[in-house]
This record gives sequence, structure tokens and C-alpha cells, in this order.
Amino acid sequence: MFSSGPWGQAIRALRYNRSAMIALAVLLALALLCALAPIYARHIAKTDPFTSNVAGTVLVNGQETDIMQPNDNPLHLGLSPIGPTWHPQSFLLGADSQGRDVAARLLYGGRNSLIIAFGAATLCILMASCIGIAAGFFGGITDAVLSRLMDIMWAVPVYLFAISLSIVTITQGLKIGPFTIASDNLMIPVFIIALVYVPYAARPVRGRVMTLRSAEFVIAARSLGVPRRRILVKDILPNVLPTLVVLAPLLTALSLLAESSLSFLSIGVQAPAASWGTIIQDGEGLIYTRPMVAVAPGLMIVITVLALNILGDGLRDALDVRETSRRSG
Amino acid sequence: MNTPLLDARNLKKTYSLSGGRKLRALDDVSIQVMPGEVLGLVGESGCGKSTLGRSLLRLTDINSGSIAFDGQDITRLSERAMRPLRTGMQMVFQDSYASLNPRRRIGDLIAEPLLVHRRPDGARRSAAEIRERLTELMELVSLPASALSRYPHEFSGGQRQRINIARALALSPRLVVADEPVSALDVSVQAQIVNLFSDLRERLGLTYVFIAHDLAVVRQISTRVTVMYLGAVVELGETDQVMHAPAHPYTAALLASVPRPVTGRQPLPLLKGDVPSPVSPPPGCRFHTRCPVVQERCSKERPELRPLEGGRLVACHFPLAAAE
Repeated sequence: MFSSGPWGQAIRALRYNRSAMIALAVLLALALLCALAPIYARHIAKTDPFTSNVAGTVLVNGQETDIMQPNDNPLHLGLSPIGPTWHPQSFLLGADSQGRDVAARLLYGGRNSLIIAFGAATLCILMASCIGIAAGFFGGITDAVLSRLMDIMWAVPVYLFAISLSIVTITQGLKIGPFTIASDNLMIPVFIIALVYVPYAARPVRGRVMTLRSAEFVIAARSLGVPRRRILVKDILPNVLPTLVVLAPLLTALSLLAESSLSFLSIGVQAPAASWGTIIQDGEGLIYTRPMVAVAPGLMIVITVLALNILGDGLRDALDVRETSRRSG
Repeated sequence: MNTPLLDARNLKKTYSLSGGRKLRALDDVSIQVMPGEVLGLVGESGCGKSTLGRSLLRLTDINSGSIAFDGQDITRLSERAMRPLRTGMQMVFQDSYASLNPRRRIGDLIAEPLLVHRRPDGARRSAAEIRERLTELMELVSLPASALSRYPHEFSGGQRQRINIARALALSPRLVVADEPVSALDVSVQAQIVNLFSDLRERLGLTYVFIAHDLAVVRQISTRVTVMYLGAVVELGETDQVMHAPAHPYTAALLASVPRPVTGRQPLPLLKGDVPSPVSPPPGCRFHTRCPVVQERCSKERPELRPLEGGRLVACHFPLAAAE
């Protein structure tokens, strides 16, 4: 079914890696669940995920119940949103402090979180491979300049860098030439997160290219009189690709964590839009009375990051073509 | 006397190491390769054989010296200017796997030189022409044509070396530098590949620089032998001469280290100790620290490469008696 080539071999190896396949299935299921939320969420969730519903009521076990209920502390001061009912039609995971269905927000928030994470990882890998390949292949001054630039970025703590960039762009939006990206556009966190992780991805790419540049098959290509550009395209790029494929899930996991952190600090996804990070923030004040509001998105993040890391490990093992072929003789 | 196909003079190559130390990989090496001959290049690991091989084809830059291919000085040609000349000179590497891009099919790998170089008449090769040449090449190295659509990892070391040879011969070069092409192979396969090299030379009129550390292999294929020690040539002569009556004690010691079914004469004692570091080679004759017939002069004065009777060259103050 698959070719006998290195990619076919890798796919076959991955298919026999049970934990990686489970991780992949979990990720696909999560992505599908979140991506399709606008289609089905209104059938299982009680309210629109974005409008508040403080005065509403809901039917629980045949009883009309207030969404905002008196606190069960001794003085009955203040109101708490309804807790998890475990019924899909009536606040499966409870409501947040504005009476919105947490389950519905989890799905819509997941959409944003995953879009930003995948988007940022893709953009980051694109930028990092340009920089890493240029630095590794051309060497000399190009390498020196690019590598020092990466070192400077590397020296700034990732989150500090992201927070500074976010604060600027959240207040002003982002102007690139004639285009202005509004401050509530998802592209802003995508761009910021991609940028701060560029050194993280560019370094291994550069290392791989430098190894390949002195690989015997590249020297063989030179001895055959193959032009440099053709060596880059035919011999170096295809052999860098596995490195990028292995980096992708790990960067996605990092991006997801960065997005959640920024959103938690109110400088990522902007209200009324949600992400797993903003929902955790919503749940922060309810952590003692309604822990599910913060725990549910937290769990989603943990599951996604874990699955991405397991998939990354599986890809790394599967793509080590050289080693597998050496073992078999 | 005709002009040498490859004429390398006074090649020097130093690698800079950390701490300002210098490794002299090639220290004033000169060799001439005549058309049609097989020049064997022997020596222990780290003596500069591979550096020399790569320098000859301008794959490694040398510090000083000159290289001429077929009368044309190529010492200072740029990578781009070298490209058309590469049709005439090719290389086969030691590691048959590392020298093939693992992500390309054999057919693509062997077709590569045919795609990037135009025909001698200046036209590009057509797809049909390339396909025909590939079939021809596979026949030449005794591989089935079905191998063309497969990947390097699907072959054994010997088969992969045949693929490397086919690729090197694709452009019908005049000179092939083979850098230890058989030392990574099983002994039975070694013989096959060496025979293939001999065969191809006769059929295609090739000229080889054949690098090896195995004297038996070099004896079998070479017409002349160059023995290197610590980045310098110590003996150079006709294969029979050098192999049967070595003039340099190092050559003699190398020969003595080969198990032989019949001993012609009392072999010298085997070498003791390791090769000294090329970073700080011993003064005088570089071999004097291990030489069984060392004398006082050897540690002070460096012997020049000088001719002995029979046209061979030896770098030794006290060459062994050439005749029995």
C-alpha cells in the first residue's frame, strides 16, 4: 500500500506505534469536535456561548432552576452559577459567572486555541526553516548574522517577549504597510507566538542543514558537478523535512500553552471570543465554588499537549530512516 | 613520454584545530597519474590519503600547491568553473550508503549527472536518451534494471557500491578517484568490486587513483603504488617493485603486517606503537620513532624523496637493499 521509500517506511513504522496512533486519534477527534462546534453545539448546549444569561432558568431533573443560584456559604451572600448537571441539554459542565454554558464555550474556545496553535506552529516553522536553511547552507557571514539575531531573541524569555509584543498590539492593532490588523484578530496571537518560537525551531534546522552540507552524498553531488541550488533542492531540503515534521507537533504544543497563557492574562484572544485560556481566567474567581469552569479547559489543554508530545515522539522514532535501514543490514 | 592526466605538485593542506594547533594533513605531496594507469595509494588511517583524494578533485581546498587535469591548471578554478570539467573526473566514496541520498530512487541518483550536464555537443539529454544510458550503466555494473526504481536502503553494501560506480561512470569520465571503495565491504564482496573496477578499466580505458589501506587490494589492481605516512609520500614505484622489494622500512613493515602464505624473505619485525599525531609530527624523518633500522641522522634531518634505480622514489636516508 505504501511505497518502499523512506516516507512509506516511516508511515508504516508510525502505524505500528500504538501510543502515537492513539494520540493522533485523540487529536483528530478533538480538532473535529471543536471545528464543527458551530454546526452542532446549539443542539447540546443550553445557551449561545457568547451572550450572558444571568437571569435565565433551566430545567434540571424536571425542576425549573435558576442559572445564578444563591451561594451555599452560611450567609448566602452573592450568587454562584449553576454547577455541572451532566445533562447535555442543561449546562453539562455548568455555567460561568455570566451564565454562559461552559461546555459550549469549551468547544468554541477550543476552535480558537487550536487554530492559533496550529497557525502559529506552521508560521513559526516556515520562518524558522527559511532562517535555519539560509544560515546552515550559506554559512559564513549569513550564518553569523542570523545566528546572533537568533541568540538575541533567545536571550529574551519567551513569555516576557510574547507579553511585551501582545500588550503593544492589543492596544494599537498591528500595522504592516497599508494593512492594519485589528487588535481582536486571531492573526495577532498567531504572529506573536510564531515569532517568539522562531529561534527554538531555527536552531535544530540550521544544525541539520550544516550536517547535511558536509554529508558524503552532498560531497558526491558536488563531485558530479551538480549546481548548488539543485543540491539544496534535491539533496538538502528533502532531508530537512523530517526534522520539520518532528518539530511540528512539539511547536504546536508549545504554541497552545503560550496562547493559553496570553489569553489567561487577557492579552491573547479578546472577549467576547473565547479560548481555553480565557475560560480558565473566567473560572479563576469561581475556583472554590465551581472548579469545573477552570478545570475543564485545563484538562483539554493537558490532553492536547500530551497527545501532541506523544505524537511527536512517535514521529521522531518513525522518521529515523537511517537507523532502521542500518539495523536491517 | 606523454603528459600526465593528473599532475599534482607540492600539495599542502593544514586543518586548524582549537587552540591554534595545526594538523598537517598533506605536507608537500606531489603525484602524477598517467593516462590508463592505476595509481594505488596506501597508508594507515589518518595519513592523508582521503584528503589527497578529495583535493585532487577540488572537493577540499588546498593551502598551496598546484593541480593540473589533462594539462589544464585547475588549482584556482571556482566551483562553478570546475563544473564542466567534472564530466572528466569522478569519485567513488568509501561509505556506499552515506554517499547516496537515502530519499531518492537509484534511477534519479544515477540520472543526476546526466541531467545537470549537457551532452558534449551542447544539447540537453532527452528523457529517452537518459533512460537508455541508465539501462546501459546498470548492465555495466551487473545490476538488474529493476533496481532503478528502488531506494538505497534496499541494497547490500556491495550492490550500493555498484550503484556508486554506475553513477560515477554515467558521464564517461577519464579519471576515477576511488576512496577506499572496498574497505567497508565483506571480503568476498571486496574481490567482486575490485574485479569490477579492473574490468571497467579495460573496457572503458579508465584511469584510477585507487586509495586503500589494504595492500592486497592495491597489489591486485594497481600498476604503480604510492605509500603515504603522516601526510607525506615515503615511497612511490611500480607495484611489483614496491611490493616485492620495498625500499622504505615503512613499506616493508606494512608488507610484513600482511599475513602471507609464502614468505619470500625474512620479514622485518612488525611496527610497534601508534602513528604519531600529525598535529606534532616528529622532527627529521617522520617515521624514525617507529623505524626498525633507525639511525642517528634520521631524527635530525628530513629525508627528501629521491630516485633509486628502477625509477622509483624513496624518502629514506638508508633505503633497504632493493635486490635480494
